[in-house]
Amino acid sequence: MDNFVYYRPKTAEAAVGLLDAKWGTAELLAGGTDLVSLQKQYIARPKKVISLSQVQGLDQIEQSRGWPMTFKIGAGVKLATLAASSALRGSAAALAQAAEEIAGPQIRNMATLGGSLCQRNRCWYFRDEQSPCLLKGGDKCFALDGENRYHAIFTQGRKCVIASPSTVATPLMVLGAIAQVLSPKGKREIPLAEFFKAPTGPEDREHVLAPDEMLLSVSFSIASDKVKSASYEVRQKLSSDWPLVQASVAFELDGGTAKNVRIALGHVAPVPMLSAEAAKAIEGKPINEETAAAAGEAATSGAKPLSQNGYKVRLLAVAVKRALLTAAGAKKYWEV
Amino acid sequence: MDHSSKRGDRPGVSRRDFLRGTGAAATAVASLVKVPGVEAQEAKSGADVVAIGPGPVKLSLEVNGTTMTTNVEPRVTLLDALRNYLDVTGCKKVCDRGTCGACTVMVDGKPIYSCTMLALEAEGKKIRTAESLIDGGKLDPVPAAFVACDAQQCGFCTPGFVVAMRAVLDANPKATPAEVEKGLAGNICRCGTYEQMRHAIEDLCKAGGK
Repeated sequence: MDNFVYYRPKTAEAAVGLLDAKWGTAELLAGGTDLVSLQKQYIARPKKVISLSQVQGLDQIEQSRGWPMTFKIGAGVKLATLAASSALRGSAAALAQAAEEIAGPQIRNMATLGGSLCQRNRCWYFRDEQSPCLLKGGDKCFALDGENRYHAIFTQGRKCVIASPSTVATPLMVLGAIAQVLSPKGKREIPLAEFFKAPTGPEDREHVLAPDEMLLSVSFSIASDKVKSASYEVRQKLSSDWPLVQASVAFELDGGTAKNVRIALGHVAPVPMLSAEAAKAIEGKPINEETAAAAGEAATSGAKPLSQNGYKVRLLAVAVKRALLTAAGAKKYWEV
Repeated sequence: MDHSSKRGDRPGVSRRDFLRGTGAAATAVASLVKVPGVEAQEAKSGADVVAIGPGPVKLSLEVNGTTMTTNVEPRVTLLDALRNYLDVTGCKKVCDRGTCGACTVMVDGKPIYSCTMLALEAEGKKIRTAESLIDGGKLDPVPAAFVACDAQQCGFCTPGFVVAMRAVLDANPKATPAEVEKGLAGNICRCGTYEQMRHAIEDLCKAGGK
């Protein structure tokens, strides 16, 4: 790893003041689970590492009483804290379930909400120091016709076919979360549904933040106790593994039918994506194995897998089906 | 023919002496190296910001109840600081990418990967390594159960496993075997001694982690 100057600002304003106007020279350090590994691979080579460990207030979960219930979660809240929060488990289960499934206990004790949302992608060509891929200034994406079994299946018009890496993005999108961001000019808000972008070159990240901006918190509001949500992911391994596909769902369960359905798909496209087709397929219907399976099929419409990852199309349909059944409190037929 | 191979008789240096030597040499060289573009900012701290490095700086860590002090560059990880600078070698370096769990230590009671935390980030926190799992010659119940159940083969992953397991039982002395296993999800044993570890976990849970 290259050496650097380590800064320990006491305020978010001081941290933002140390950032540069272009990517690559300064990095914010939260849990470090992504950044430190990228530095060891010489993919990230910052001259300045800005530790957020002494910035006050980043690790708080604020929650209002009564309905609608509003949550504001600091970017520095650990994934382990999200997973253990009884308030989130009760009213925003999709987020707690997603956090609990991430990696293993050591990572969840280190990694933060903000780090998960702002992390770099997991493409092995991007992470390999020797591969000059599109995101590192090269002229081609090696995954397009290379080893692509873990890459995107929604690939139309994509120059780079990474799978979106954040597992907390999809639950936050279905919960209608908004990101609070600090820039040198002051605070601004970005809906999570507009927070991510598909990178196509070395000047891009996987999100829309400017190089001198910092994520402070995310907030969302749960209308009533009729709102049900869940996340479901498929992995090769029981734990400590990246999802092959992930689905998050949220809806109001009213008189046995689902209303205002939102379904988000993770790890299947360069950005986590809301699926209007899947939501439309189950809107206004009761949730059972048949309707949930139909929504799962609808979620795969438009998928154009690569040479090695057609299997992810089937997994995605199943993940959406199981997330819907979990949220509705149906019997988990897959658990024996 | 002299088959004497007692360590003290051997010519040359031991592996540890070699590492210690190269570590010192690296430190000496590094203090002369500047990071281009940031020299002017070295050690220039303001009211709202502390700036450290890029040269070696004094680092104090509280390890197993003892305050230890050394000089490290900002890029040194907690694992390397413990092993190569402070001679606390219980935590092991295996994958060095936050995946295998051999480097697991507790920071303020929570298990973390020391290979993926900068040493500077651990300042002011309580660090606990496998070395803490013995008290006056009496082995902690977790490693004792490993011994009783023969739950290791090569043993290189063991310090990480016992620290992770101790952390689970400290947080919840009534943890079930399934809960303890969940707490070990971030550790890998390549010899595959999981079955014997399950026996050790069963014994520990029956005894309430004691």
